[in-house]
Amino acid sequence: MNYVIIGNSTAAIAAIEGIRSIDKQGRITLISIENHHTYSRPLISYLLQGKTDFDKMKYRPDSFYEDNSVTVVLGKKAVKVIPDMKAVILEDSSSYEYDRLLIATGSLPFVPDISGLDKVKSMHTFMTLDDALELEKSINDKSNVLVLGAGLIGLKCCEAIKDKVASVTVIDLAKQVLPSILDKTSSDIVAQHIEKQGVKLKLSCSIKQVYENSALLTDDSVVRFDALVMAVGVRPNISLLRAAGVDTNRGVLINQCCATSIEDIYCAGDCAEGYDMTADCKKILALLPNAYMQGFCAGVNMAGEEKIYLSGMPMNALSLMGLHILTAGIYEGEEYVFQDKKGYKRLFYKDDMLKGFILVDDIECAGIYTAMIRNKTLLSSMDFDLIKKKPALCALAQERRTSLLNRKETW
Amino acid sequence: MQVNDMKMIKVNEKWCLGCHLCEYYCAFANSGVEDMVKALKDMMIQPKLRIEQKDKISFAVSCRHCEDPICVKSCITGALSIIDNVVSIDKKRCIGCYTCVLVCPYGAVMPSQEGAVRKCELCVGNSVSSPACVSACPNKAIELVEV
Amino acid sequence: MPINYIIPQFEIVRDQSRCIKCRVCERQCANEVHHYDEDYKIMVADESKCVNCHRCVALCPTSALKIVKNQDSFKENGNWTAEIITDVYKQASSGGVLLSSMGNPMKFPVYWDKLLINASQVTNPSIDPLREPMETKTFLGQKKHEIKRDNEGRIISNLGPQLELSTPIMFSAMSYGSLSYNAHESLARAAKSLSILYNTGEGGLHEDFYQYGSNTIVQVASGRFGVHKDYLNAGAAVEIKMGQGAKPGIGGHLPGTKITEDVSKTRMIPVGTDAISPAPHHDIYSIEDLNQLVMSLKHATDFKKPVIVKIAAVHNVSAIASGIARSGADIIAIDGFRGGTGAAPVRIRDNVGIPIELALASVDTRLRNEGIRDNVSLVVGGSIRSSADVVKAIALGADAVYIATAALLALGCHLCRTCYSGKCNWGIATQREDLVKRLNPEIGYERLVNLINAWTHEIKEMMGGMGINSIEALRGNRLMLRGIGLNEKELEILGVRHAGE
Repeated sequence: MNYVIIGNSTAAIAAIEGIRSIDKQGRITLISIENHHTYSRPLISYLLQGKTDFDKMKYRPDSFYEDNSVTVVLGKKAVKVIPDMKAVILEDSSSYEYDRLLIATGSLPFVPDISGLDKVKSMHTFMTLDDALELEKSINDKSNVLVLGAGLIGLKCCEAIKDKVASVTVIDLAKQVLPSILDKTSSDIVAQHIEKQGVKLKLSCSIKQVYENSALLTDDSVVRFDALVMAVGVRPNISLLRAAGVDTNRGVLINQCCATSIEDIYCAGDCAEGYDMTADCKKILALLPNAYMQGFCAGVNMAGEEKIYLSGMPMNALSLMGLHILTAGIYEGEEYVFQDKKGYKRLFYKDDMLKGFILVDDIECAGIYTAMIRNKTLLSSMDFDLIKKKPALCALAQERRTSLLNRKETW
Repeated sequence: MQVNDMKMIKVNEKWCLGCHLCEYYCAFANSGVEDMVKALKDMMIQPKLRIEQKDKISFAVSCRHCEDPICVKSCITGALSIIDNVVSIDKKRCIGCYTCVLVCPYGAVMPSQEGAVRKCELCVGNSVSSPACVSACPNKAIELVEV
Repeated sequence: MPINYIIPQFEIVRDQSRCIKCRVCERQCANEVHHYDEDYKIMVADESKCVNCHRCVALCPTSALKIVKNQDSFKENGNWTAEIITDVYKQASSGGVLLSSMGNPMKFPVYWDKLLINASQVTNPSIDPLREPMETKTFLGQKKHEIKRDNEGRIISNLGPQLELSTPIMFSAMSYGSLSYNAHESLARAAKSLSILYNTGEGGLHEDFYQYGSNTIVQVASGRFGVHKDYLNAGAAVEIKMGQGAKPGIGGHLPGTKITEDVSKTRMIPVGTDAISPAPHHDIYSIEDLNQLVMSLKHATDFKKPVIVKIAAVHNVSAIASGIARSGADIIAIDGFRGGTGAAPVRIRDNVGIPIELALASVDTRLRNEGIRDNVSLVVGGSIRSSADVVKAIALGADAVYIATAALLALGCHLCRTCYSGKCNWGIATQREDLVKRLNPEIGYERLVNLINAWTHEIKEMMGGMGINSIEALRGNRLMLRGIGLNEKELEILGVRHAGE
């Protein structure tokens, strides 16, 4: 059996582990456009902060590929997939035949069309290790940095560089930071926090016109910068498969076995659009745990055993300049809100089930909330009043709790 | 301690007195300090298991060392892995993102003062030869069992 | 309270440099002595509530605690001691009878400690118990005076029902109600594991413990709590409690707070009512009445189970024993004045009754003199504290001993003597669920088994030292004892010679 995997991040690694859990013999070839051993992408900001290094950033030990008998092709871009011939063509014209193919190409940063952008010498994105290293080279302690986008990537970038430069300004078109995952109250907490840490924040604001070293904003103010970071968003990297003819939406549509609409081609990770159980429809769930689950599922299916993954759901764990934010699910239904000096909590529930939550700093045992969402636990079967105050197993009925703790059943 | 078979800590609610001694002995065993007073005096203790209490019921919750651990799969740095059937944390790799806290359905993974997360590792590689909580419990409520 | 007459008996000494504020002392004290002061951020203690049960000391992980006697003193007075003065204060305040628990703590002579055991040397070799057979097995019950044979010369088996013990030690009567469910479970399981017996006391037999019936003595006391036909047949023997060493002349007392749902069901009385046993059995006013009760019980149990009559050691104990030995009872149990109790008036516990050593010796002598010693087996209790006491008791004439305080100590009791409060911190003498939990029968029964095994081994060593290899050969063997520091009268009653003779 000939397995070919395009991608070298979480989903790809998970697929290798999935395949090898069934098939120890088949040949696996991994092709990656990046020229690095698999690394944990979210760690690039920690690298700039000095909290990790190249070695500790590796997502798996050095011997991983060898231990799993994977042939690795680094620094090469895959440019075409030909399903009829079951072949992948790389940019240097070399080709690889496959029996099963996995595309785990993730996403690419979206660079908006802004007037004057071509004049900017020091424009950066913040996705890959190389992006981070380039950014590091172009800044020093006298630099002023302008970051466009106050989402996850933008804010992590601010965290990464704020202590290395003279000033960091982050702007976003939205009225709040982290608009995709937080509500107004929690994003206000985050905004206040980062401003206290010295980051300048401008919301409901964008760039009208950019020059080599400055930008004219929509509020008519001018911000000088030595480096400009584009962090407005990402697009799933699906051009390969779109061209090959698989069904796509925003991402590559996959079924519960992570298979695409073309036989023997699978997709997993940030570029895939699979089932989101909280929204009850297909969505791109660009988060690491989901990438792993999909990748592993794809791998097992590729190796010939059936495995279903239907419990994907949005979730985020973000640590930002000392603040901890955990979110999951969808924000629909009745609400329970609580805030004290320990932190902020907002729970969403509907139809006797927990649907989603936002937690800032008061994050202990959050996994119990997540399990309640994933398992559709009926709130009437537990002490919900207690759970609202604090996620705890003692809120479950004694029999259920004992059975879970003794591993007679799993959540 | 060589942990070759799959083991985990089992707590019997019937005998747990909610005395919290397991937490203190756990924190001590994992402190790296020889004397208990030196290790724990005037410190916020960081045990690797936690006590839950509700009315007359109490019990300790610790990592179940699941065969198919969600935390290991969700860990963004690969700091969590299974070594000799024990779900272990490589503290040098953990950057404290708390994704594991977000996914562990038992609430067994906890934040710590040092930034990395903490959870029961069955006392492998610390100062005691067998789980401290088991010997600390005055009422035999905690056992090390094979799964 | 404007005038504080009662000075706290104890001081709690906490080494603050060792205290790690784990609060286990606070969590584990049912008397609410310790608590964490949020403002000063230290542990503090209210010594006026401390009963010296040592629970906090035993659990403190850094050994930061000790309980000491409060040195605050009255002017020295050999006659009016601090305890006596405080008792007067208490009664002036309450107008009530002073209550206490466990056995007589006063400084009366302990005759066990004035008896010495023999050892063999030169003329009579000692026996090594690890290399040669040593029999600690005992049978309790009526023994016959003569062997009867049939026409073919075969022995006619005419022995009454016997109790077989692997070692001459049994657990004495402690009722379910005064003790917790878990304490009873520990005793029952230990008795079964050791092949000895335990006693239900006057609280009846809980339905969960019928499974241990073959290792149970069921007691019929004056209140007849929990007594019904199945109960009588559930045990291996039936004991009629005529008296108890700790409180001769009065009946049992269990406060209503200890009568929980479960206790009420087992005792067959309503929840929350005080369980007071009358002083006499109201159907026994003479030795003939006792005879009748013994016979009724034997009929009710098909003559398959030995009947024990338990009496307190009082002045005319040997005359009483002689009467009982003729009443058809199989075993007489004598309880000395040091015997424990869940609750008793202090004055009766401390001043009524006589030492078991003297009672045993005089009963054994009298029964032998009257030629009726074989009618009954003698079991004694009332402060058997060690294997040496056991050996001495058997040498004085006992067939076996009853232990109770020692068993409770094995379960964790620290003899704080406040059982009557129902707040036993060790889970032994309480019905509070959160406290009963503290005695895990898994641990409890193992400790009891350990204790009895240890004593049995020591008994074997002592017997071997004497050159004796069975309990039978030790029983009543007064020549194996010598007195020390005893006067002529004491030596005469005990029937032993003085050391050196």
